[in-house]
Amino acid sequence: MSALSEDLRDKITDALVNKNAKTVTVLSSLLAVEDELGYIPPRAIELVALYTKSTINDVWGVASFYTNFRFTPPGEHVVEICWGPTCHLLGARGILKSTLDSLGLSEEGDTADKKVSLKYSTCLGACSQGPVVHVDGKMISPQSIGRTDGSALVDKISGMISDVENGKSQ
Amino acid sequence: MPSFEELLNTAQQKYQELSSGDTPWIRIGTAVCGHAAGSDDVINAISAELEKRGLQANISPVGCIGLCYAEPIVDIVKAGQPRVFFKNVSVDQVPELVDSYLVNNQIPREMALAYSGESSVDGVPSLDSLPMWKHQVRVAMRNCGEIDPTDIYQYIARGGYAALNKAISRMDPSEVVKEVQDSGLRGRGGAAFSTGTKWSFLVGSPGPTKYILCNCEEGDPGAYNDKGILESDPHTLVEGTILAGYATGASNGVVFIRHGHEGPIDRAQKAIDDCYELGLLGDNILGSEFSFHMEVSLTGESYVAGEETALMESVEGKRAMPRFRPPFPAQSGVWGLPTNINNIKTLSYVPEIISKGGEWFSNIGIERSKGTAILCISGNITRPGMIEVPMGITLKEIMEDVAGDAPGGHKLKFLQTGGPLGGVLSASEIDIPLDFEAMAQAGAILGSGGIIAADDRACAVDMTRLLIAFCQYESCGKCFPCRLGMTNLIEILERICKFESRPDDLALMRSVGQNMAGASLCGHGQLGWNPVQSALKFFPEEFEEHMEQKICRTGQCDGLMITPQRTRSRWTSAQPLELRI
Ligand SMILES: Cc1cc2nc3c(=O)[nH]c(=O)nc-3n(C[C@H](O)[C@H](O)[C@H](O)COP(=O)(O)O)c2cc1C
Ligand code: SF4
Ligand code: FES
Repeated sequence: MSALSEDLRDKITDALVNKNAKTVTVLSSLLAVEDELGYIPPRAIELVALYTKSTINDVWGVASFYTNFRFTPPGEHVVEICWGPTCHLLGARGILKSTLDSLGLSEEGDTADKKVSLKYSTCLGACSQGPVVHVDGKMISPQSIGRTDGSALVDKISGMISDVENGKSQ
Repeated sequence: MPSFEELLNTAQQKYQELSSGDTPWIRIGTAVCGHAAGSDDVINAISAELEKRGLQANISPVGCIGLCYAEPIVDIVKAGQPRVFFKNVSVDQVPELVDSYLVNNQIPREMALAYSGESSVDGVPSLDSLPMWKHQVRVAMRNCGEIDPTDIYQYIARGGYAALNKAISRMDPSEVVKEVQDSGLRGRGGAAFSTGTKWSFLVGSPGPTKYILCNCEEGDPGAYNDKGILESDPHTLVEGTILAGYATGASNGVVFIRHGHEGPIDRAQKAIDDCYELGLLGDNILGSEFSFHMEVSLTGESYVAGEETALMESVEGKRAMPRFRPPFPAQSGVWGLPTNINNIKTLSYVPEIISKGGEWFSNIGIERSKGTAILCISGNITRPGMIEVPMGITLKEIMEDVAGDAPGGHKLKFLQTGGPLGGVLSASEIDIPLDFEAMAQAGAILGSGGIIAADDRACAVDMTRLLIAFCQYESCGKCFPCRLGMTNLIEILERICKFESRPDDLALMRSVGQNMAGASLCGHGQLGWNPVQSALKFFPEEFEEHMEQKICRTGQCDGLMITPQRTRSRWTSAQPLELRI
């Protein structure tokens, strides 16, 4: 086994053994791996099956059901944009469109250079501050960027996302 | 372990020191609304500014006081001065705020939102007089924005765990059930079933291991009150759950939250840990015979995981797909054991009901719908936020007095209530009381309390399409009326929005919708027709325009529809899975 895959195995095992929930299940184990690695590599499906005494089919069934799991490493930056009804009414569609355009994507997914992963969110839970966008774990809203008018916000957020893409803000 | 009296003494002492103002006490909203508005940066800026000037202050991150439109809110108590709330504080304003108020005792009026307390402040309104505070009666939200949710002593100092102490030392479990029954409390998760009655089912089930599940899946877009309570006052939920356990003879409580919402998850976990440390959870709670254990269980992203039997599957670590009933949860729930499931808001009322009595609670609200409603108001309004108002108040009062007008002179067009399975309600029909039955009769359910306001720029057909896009995306796929029906509905609605509808599309939607309502396994499919039906009821002419005249009066339907791919597993196609076993 290569050093790389050994390292991966150790990380997965560490997440399963040390970072798992109080009640260990297939789902809790997959979530622990995702928290550790940001995705579920094929190796983790096998190890979770072993660890929870389930079948690969069971584990794969759970992993493919919940939409938070991904199976390839995420891009350097993860951008989540809410398309929920509140944000929709407050201009989310414009933010989605200009972000897709600036990233050269036609739908959610990863940019070719793997710099950015774009994900649509059904609701980020900050509807009262909508429209909101989540960039690398930080929530961005009109208030947080000091603008309250709708269309300026669209440009500003898209601008921030392209800054992220260009590595200006980390 | 300390006795309750010892805990209370310590708590009161600490709280006295904090709130006397000798060292200024600065509270900053750090629920998700605060975070989104930039509260982290404001906290850092305040700490840096204090350090720079060599000033002392106690900074407490608090939850959401409900005035989300004014976040980040900085709330300052200092000796000899009134308590003042400052609104929309930005990092740039921090030096001025510290300089004027903390150093020079001058209130920068343009930044002040309100004052609270005895002595008034010229040119600044009192908290009680704010439009958003009008009508509010705070029961479950009594501590929201008041206390540091990570400090159990602040909760105890404000009356926390007194209800638990009272129940354990002076009440029989059956009296606790009776108190909840007398209160008239009905579930706040959607179905509005009597909580006392639900609990009594579990009482009769055999032990020793029985579960209380606290449902904080909260996948409804536009609703953030369950997460809001966990972020602002997790102990009220924990105490409510322990009381439910005592009343029903349950042994275990599980708080069920969606992965990724760190605020509610971390604060619920901290609350549980602190309770174990102080003997409020675990074996022999407060020295009594009663033992109860609690943990947090996380779920992945799935809306249907909030449905009670799907939630049990998810707690067991499986795909969140609903089960057949019977057996009912009280007989065979999670892990095949007797289970009771309640919404976070429902359980959060319980401590106050036990402290003040069921009758006290039943005096709030109206005949069929007792107590208060915890609402999230958002969309095209002046004051989005989270409020707690007595049942029976009208939606019109809420929109006009509390929420305020749509910005830019636009007019309210419709409300979307009860989440994506709820409906839309035309602005002309909102003079109805907040009451489970009256709302359902009008075609819009109260559901989990999300109210989204849309003004005249919004298209009713486009909103319907968006809601069904959500329902289709979230269908778990277990039963075909919903799995295929939702797909049919979204295909037709997209055709209508692209002005490509076929003549019999409305009839087709109706037939699909009725079949879904009658034949689906769970509420998701059964209620999925609601949003379309209610939009057709209030805005038939807009459907007609899209279908016959091929126009959208608002211009929203311009062909651009950005919604997720229609499959539950969106990343799978990226790489085929190579397994080596
Ligand atoms: C598709 C679907 C999603 C649901 N999501 C939630 C939810 O997120 N939170 C919740 O409390 N109840 C949800 N419910 C309702 C629950 O099934 C259940 O009725 C509720 O949690 C019971 O608690 P209560 O009696 O306190 O209202 C959902 C129901 C359905 C059909
Ligand atoms: S109605 Fe829909 S969500 Fe419910 S079990 Fe059937 S497919 Fe799943
Ligand atoms: S609808 Fe966008 S955060 Fe809730």
